[in-house]
Amino acid sequence: MFNNSINNQADRRLNFLLLIVASATGLLLAIIILFLLNESWPFFANRWRDGTWLQLFYGQSWYPLESQFGMAPMILSSLAVTVGAVVLALPLGLGSAIYLQFYASPRWAQSFRLLLNVLAGIPSVVFGLWGLTRLVPLITSWQPPGASLLAAILVLTLMILPTIALTSASALASVPRELLAGSMALGLRRNSQILHIFLPAARSGISSGVLLATARALGETLAVLMVAGNVVQNPSGLFEPVRVLTANIALEMAYAMGDHRASLFASGLLLTMLVWLLSWFAHRVVRAHKQALQYG
Amino acid sequence: MAERIFSWLIMVCALLVVAALLWVLSDVVLQGAAHFSWQFLFDAPTDAGRGGGIAPILVSTLWLLLIALTVALPLGLGVAIWLSEFASSNSRFANSTGITLDILAGVPSIVYGLFGNAFFSIYLGLGFSLLSGGLTLACMILPVFVRTCEVGLRTVSNDWRRGALALGMTRSTAIWHILLPAARPAIVAGLILSIGRATAETAALLFTSGYVDRMPGSLLDSGRALAVHIYDLAMNVTGGDGAAYASALVLVTLIIVLNTLAQSLVDSWFKRRLVLA
Repeated sequence: MFNNSINNQADRRLNFLLLIVASATGLLLAIIILFLLNESWPFFANRWRDGTWLQLFYGQSWYPLESQFGMAPMILSSLAVTVGAVVLALPLGLGSAIYLQFYASPRWAQSFRLLLNVLAGIPSVVFGLWGLTRLVPLITSWQPPGASLLAAILVLTLMILPTIALTSASALASVPRELLAGSMALGLRRNSQILHIFLPAARSGISSGVLLATARALGETLAVLMVAGNVVQNPSGLFEPVRVLTANIALEMAYAMGDHRASLFASGLLLTMLVWLLSWFAHRVVRAHKQALQYG
Repeated sequence: MAERIFSWLIMVCALLVVAALLWVLSDVVLQGAAHFSWQFLFDAPTDAGRGGGIAPILVSTLWLLLIALTVALPLGLGVAIWLSEFASSNSRFANSTGITLDILAGVPSIVYGLFGNAFFSIYLGLGFSLLSGGLTLACMILPVFVRTCEVGLRTVSNDWRRGALALGMTRSTAIWHILLPAARPAIVAGLILSIGRATAETAALLFTSGYVDRMPGSLLDSGRALAVHIYDLAMNVTGGDGAAYASALVLVTLIIVLNTLAQSLVDSWFKRRLVLA
């Protein structure tokens, strides 16, 4: 609404300066995407004609030195680790958010929140270190070899729990107070209030928090690399070692050449696309919810 | 009955979460403190990090953070101001910038590592150096910082802008003296988020700033960040766990200290500005 009101030298100068800054940033962002495309191009170009580039998605064997680039086991492992972590963290995080919002005394809630905040800020590599020195020996004594899909899932769960709990708690807190008054006037019990009034009303905030956590779990590299065992195979059991896409990049980038290097960039693109899909989905959820609120 | 089961379930959830998180936290603090001494902060690492301290690694970490923030903060704040105050809402360029920012905010950090390696280290010829690592980090934190600042500026009520116009302020003056101070909480949040991400980052630095654990002589030297040090000690050095936990304790403390510092710095800066205005 204020866009047509530039009428002096200072503002014109600032506008010009900021336009340059914004263009430079836009250019930088474009360069990031262009470079990823450019670096993975040799891989696709060499395999486009005979169609073997699709092997990347369904090929089972990953022997880059013999030009076999099948990433299916790693894609499946990435998905298994992410889904496992979210399935564990969602009920726990949501439960803690409900506790924080409806059951805890103010003083308890404050210290719980502080704990969650501190843990949300802890670097992922620290979670990896903890998993490697605490969790993996524990699992080893139960079901060797220890470094496994389960260890990766548990470490990621701990890592995304604070995020899910904090975003869900703030989504629950922003539910209009009239709904609480209304549900109390109807004589609903506490659990029906929460399950049937508050959770549906906070749905969009909760799901965008969960999708954020999912993207984080999918993109996490070192915490998973440290505890997952890194054997390229399909995730067939909880105690089997697996290698995820991100860990594969970190492990092989140091010595990869030629098509091998290009295939790693291609897997980076694939990860970016997955995250992109997730955030597009989050956008849709939030927008659909807003519309439902407006017209419902 | 149902009510009682439900509250039991909730209690159990909360208890589990608190127990698990306290377990991690106490391990890091106790094991870290066991290996920590003040000398640890000022010594060079010996014996691949098992002995000695982390002085050069701390210096590299702070250099990386400094480079990343010096590049990302002015750029980010500029873009945020432009997007919220100058770009018209139906401009093609503004929209596509916004979408690109959203995509890049979610890109995994290892992908930034790939980009940094290809662009800064190889294409621009900076090699494995603090400079290419810091610039990669800057690219990584830029989208998040821009978005949080932009949202903060947009939520400032339009009444403030009208008021400033009515007083005959130019838009630049209004931004400097009114809108930025009013958006302070969001700017602090963005800053804290950026510092946290940049200090904690490992994956993006493996192939941009490298592993070398000597004291960096210049910005074109390779330097090892604290998070990379923890990773290396835990994975590649047998018997490095004690030092790894001590480094983890230092890293967590460093992040908390930096956040407090950022908060008070921004607070005092804007307070002065409001008093002057």
